[in-house]
Amino acid sequence: MAIRERLSGNEAVATAIRQINPDVMAAFPITPSTEIPQFVSSYVANGLITTEFVPVESEHSAMSATIGASAAGARAMTATSSAGLALMWEELHIASSDRLPVVLALVNRALSGPININADHSDGMGAKDCGWIQLYSEDNQEAYDNMCMAFRISEKVMLPVMVCQDGFITSHAVQNITLNEDQEVKDFVGTYEPEDYLLNAENPMAAGPYSVTQYYMEARRGVAQAMRDSKETIIAVSKEYGEKFGRTYGFFEEYCMDDAEYAIVIMGSAAGAAKDACDKLRAEGKKVGVLKLRVYRPFPAEEIAAALKNVKAIAAMDRAESFSGNSGPMSCELRAALFNAKLTPDVLSMVYGLGGRDITVEDMEKIYGDLMAGNFECKELPYRYVNVRE
Amino acid sequence: MTDYNFKEFMSRPDRLTPGHRMCAGCGATIALRNVLKALEPEDHAVICNATSCMEVSTFTYPYSSWTDSYIHNAFENAAATAGGVEAAYNALKKKGKIDDTFKFIAVGGDGGTYDIGFQSLSGAMERNHDMVYVCYDNEAYMNTGIQRSSATPMFADTTTTPAGKVSDGKPQNRKDITEVIAAHHVPYVAQTTFMGNFSDLHKKAQKAIYTKGACFLTILAPCPRGWRYEAENVMDICKAAADTCFWPMYEVEYGEKWTLNYKPKNKLPIEDFLKLQGRFKHLLKPGKEEQVAMLQAEVDRRWEALLKKCEL
Repeated sequence: MAIRERLSGNEAVATAIRQINPDVMAAFPITPSTEIPQFVSSYVANGLITTEFVPVESEHSAMSATIGASAAGARAMTATSSAGLALMWEELHIASSDRLPVVLALVNRALSGPININADHSDGMGAKDCGWIQLYSEDNQEAYDNMCMAFRISEKVMLPVMVCQDGFITSHAVQNITLNEDQEVKDFVGTYEPEDYLLNAENPMAAGPYSVTQYYMEARRGVAQAMRDSKETIIAVSKEYGEKFGRTYGFFEEYCMDDAEYAIVIMGSAAGAAKDACDKLRAEGKKVGVLKLRVYRPFPAEEIAAALKNVKAIAAMDRAESFSGNSGPMSCELRAALFNAKLTPDVLSMVYGLGGRDITVEDMEKIYGDLMAGNFECKELPYRYVNVRE
Repeated sequence: MTDYNFKEFMSRPDRLTPGHRMCAGCGATIALRNVLKALEPEDHAVICNATSCMEVSTFTYPYSSWTDSYIHNAFENAAATAGGVEAAYNALKKKGKIDDTFKFIAVGGDGGTYDIGFQSLSGAMERNHDMVYVCYDNEAYMNTGIQRSSATPMFADTTTTPAGKVSDGKPQNRKDITEVIAAHHVPYVAQTTFMGNFSDLHKKAQKAIYTKGACFLTILAPCPRGWRYEAENVMDICKAAADTCFWPMYEVEYGEKWTLNYKPKNKLPIEDFLKLQGRFKHLLKPGKEEQVAMLQAEVDRRWEALLKKCEL
């Protein structure tokens, strides 16, 4: 029986963690993800879970201990935001290279500097090339559902998984949510039985070798293949989840995309504003739609291109700046996907919402308006900033 | 834990096996091979090694010189990694998934311990994971080519503190990591080096491994490249380090009970330690008497302070 509740995104993710009861969680507090380890600590303190919670002295140690625990044979995870993820950067590569199925609850927040505690995707985008699967969530429900699926995906493909939600907007806003029964989640996730692990007395293991030039490239090639192959697993697990719990996810959500000629491509919480604007314009007979990315790693390039093949103009919206001088990170990859599919729609790249800057339904309407009017003009940069003082 | 017996210890199979690529005369391998002798034969271990000579030379893919499970994570996080492994052990034991006895031994050089790994080490000690952190201290960053560390003694010639026309080598005194970790009030902290039949090292390793909670062992482990000595002289250098009181052999329980394990009958002058090593060659030239006196004064000051702590 599904449970109707009202929870913040952090509570929702913590609830999934309680239901999963991972063996080890190591974490260090950072706004806005702090509540997640707090909730987990309270579950431990009250005997609701048997997780070994390791209150480390930094995020670098959080990921280090998580890697140690996972290599040892435990189901291990952590949570962080922003600078915390940046401090883990070295370790993110090691987790994927060691092919460890660890899970990280990322509550997206701007990177310093200047220091800012509010939502954007610069932390997640900064970690997009570390060999981690990245699932982005629009709201608390998706954050919860993604967390319920994360270990299944991770342990099947032996790559780490990051479950992302927007800081404050999702993590702290209380919304309605449908939760699964505890036992249903446990049954869905199953037990973790690693093939090789440090604590196997019968067959000791060595992890993290020094790899000379003869071997290093093969290790990276292996991660690349696992990332590519994970597409199948992500879809299979998401399909099974949908069959069990009634909420089905793909690589992305296509909102009014069937006959859409003008599309906004976006990730995370701001997709809601885009959908509202889309509804308004659809009521006026405009052929507009939203493609909301859920899976950013692996990047579902062919699938996105196929979904956009009949679209005349696209607004590619990044909640992160990558300082490439060309556009935000997602926009660049989207353009490459379209190019490979020999599609030539007009693409207007936009950077929005940095450091929690608001973006409204009216902003989205205006963006659709520009797409429909063929107004792709950019000034100093070859892409646009939304709601910025120039 | 069995009572210490030298012959029995030495008859235990090596857990760090031959075939690795460390230098002849390297103190690090001597240190670790002997630390691992202290493991009861039926017990298992997970070695968590910081990036170091030890790591790159004993676990070069696809070969491992370690008979136990082993993980190298990165340079600065051997302690945090070991903490995670220990947490996993506790979790899996609780769930009945494993019943063997495992011991957790983090290993780092002085770079990975005193410097870049210091935060991770301090955190793991404070959290009191049931583990031993072993620092093989060769007093500089040897793996990258003999750069100074906070373990490097004053006036040592290193590649980032070269002795030159207007330089006498490293200008600063060394950090006392053993005292710093003792200040964490963990169950057991000790420092040792290679002396006689190694019984001091063996006993300390045994106590560190089999005392519940976070324990710490610093082992002065000379490096032939960095210290510039012939391989066969390693034992003489270690003995001189102890006999000059440059490297006191002591242990601390719970930050309070300080015990001196070796008091030389005749405390030798610091020159007896310096003259065995090329890294101090510039100090033994005429005109450097003042610098040698400064080193001697620092050794004396620290030695006297230690005697007081040991109530001697």
